[in-house]
Amino acid sequence: MQTLLEAFRLLLGADPELRQIIAVTMQMSLLSTGISALLGIPLGVLIGANDFKAKRLVNRLLHTLMGLPPVVAGLIVFLLLSRSGPLGTFKLLYSVTAMVIAQVVLITPIITGLTANVVSIKAPLIRETAAGIGLSPFRRMLYTIYECRVPFVSNILAGFGRAIAEVGAVQMVGGNVQFKTRIMTTAIMMQTNMGHFEFAIALGIVLLLISFLVNSLVGRIQEKTLSA
Amino acid sequence: MKYVFKKFLFVLILGVMILSLAACAKKIENPVIRLSTTTSVNDSGLMAYLQPVFEADTGYTLEVTSAGTGAAIEKGRTGDADALLVHAKASEEEFIGEGYGEERVPFMYNFFVIVGPEADPAGVKGVATAAEAFQKIADAGATFISRGDDSGTHKAELKIWGAMGYDPTGQPWYVSVGDSMGRVLTVADEMVAYTFTDKATYLAHDNALSLLLEETDDMKNTYAMIAIKPERYPDTNYEGAQAFIEWMTSEKALKLIAEYGVEEYGEQLFFVP
Repeated sequence: MQTLLEAFRLLLGADPELRQIIAVTMQMSLLSTGISALLGIPLGVLIGANDFKAKRLVNRLLHTLMGLPPVVAGLIVFLLLSRSGPLGTFKLLYSVTAMVIAQVVLITPIITGLTANVVSIKAPLIRETAAGIGLSPFRRMLYTIYECRVPFVSNILAGFGRAIAEVGAVQMVGGNVQFKTRIMTTAIMMQTNMGHFEFAIALGIVLLLISFLVNSLVGRIQEKTLSA
Repeated sequence: MKYVFKKFLFVLILGVMILSLAACAKKIENPVIRLSTTTSVNDSGLMAYLQPVFEADTGYTLEVTSAGTGAAIEKGRTGDADALLVHAKASEEEFIGEGYGEERVPFMYNFFVIVGPEADPAGVKGVATAAEAFQKIADAGATFISRGDDSGTHKAELKIWGAMGYDPTGQPWYVSVGDSMGRVLTVADEMVAYTFTDKATYLAHDNALSLLLEETDDMKNTYAMIAIKPERYPDTNYEGAQAFIEWMTSEKALKLIAEYGVEEYGEQLFFVP
């Protein structure tokens, strides 16, 4: 009970530091999801709609990447961006950019895989229709995206859910720096490590509420699209 | 005759074995001691070094968990530890004042140090106190990494800023990460920045930072143990905790502690009174 009250106090109290943490969390998650969708959807359509020699291998690779352990992704990105690494000169470590990079590495395969699955089911019908109308391959892709827009949005939402929940990789490459790269999940971990369990739970409730809000919003849009 | 004698001997030996087994089992009621310590202590490797000796000498099994000082002490309040080994005098006294522990037993100390870039842009090397060093860092706006996690180390750092009457929170060069000493050193290494650390963790950690200031009066760091009183949580291993404290303050243990690190780093990491 105490914890629920604490959660509401946090939400309504408008503590500036908390607001900043939420803002960074949303910025990072939306950016990561957006980039992953831009990369993953076309790629997923290509893989799902076409048959090619290496398709089985690509699928296996894709599924392996979908299950890539976040800490492994974090470690790889960390080593790449580290001062002694190949991209060290850009000094990207411990920035929001680094976190977005790590997340794109994790989320793009997920969106690609989910997209490919959806498309492979609808592909034969789309191919027929597209051939009938005489669409170019590029336009056929746009048509595919339009036809599958409802499940695609669900996939993007799944990607967003993954982004907002990530903690290990973003902790490693972001550093949980106060006022800069501290996000909801790393803040929760830090408060737990400090023994402030009630505060950590309150933050957790806030995070769940944000996630619920986003899901509800998108769900509403989906329903409207379907009924239109 | 011979057969009866052999049978009797067999039963006698069996009986002695069973009795001695029972005697052994009765010796330690609860053989597991849960020690809650801080990440700094753990990261230095001291407990891993002492644990096998302690267990061999006493027959107890030591379960060591580490967390930031705040969480480490909290375990004593929630009944998740039998003994504490921390280095935050004010928090320890608060803990005892609340009635969770009987007394704090200080037994070893070391010094915090200031480490940073070899080039030392802020000119920290050679000053007399940590407060002066911090002043130079603030004046130069040199990047400084802080624990930011309410740990013993963090509190010691804040005490020094406090003594200067200066609050670095929010300054662009003050990077607060809210994590363990090991990770703070990694960040400082990556950002080529200054930080405040205990010497043991600094030496045990793989980095390219230089030791710039050590052994000033305002950087002394005292470690103490507290046995958790069993009143609140009846299955607390109070005897075990006391046995641990007794062993750790024995001449043998203190000698081991004073020797720790000498071979590997050429100097002792912990001092005993």
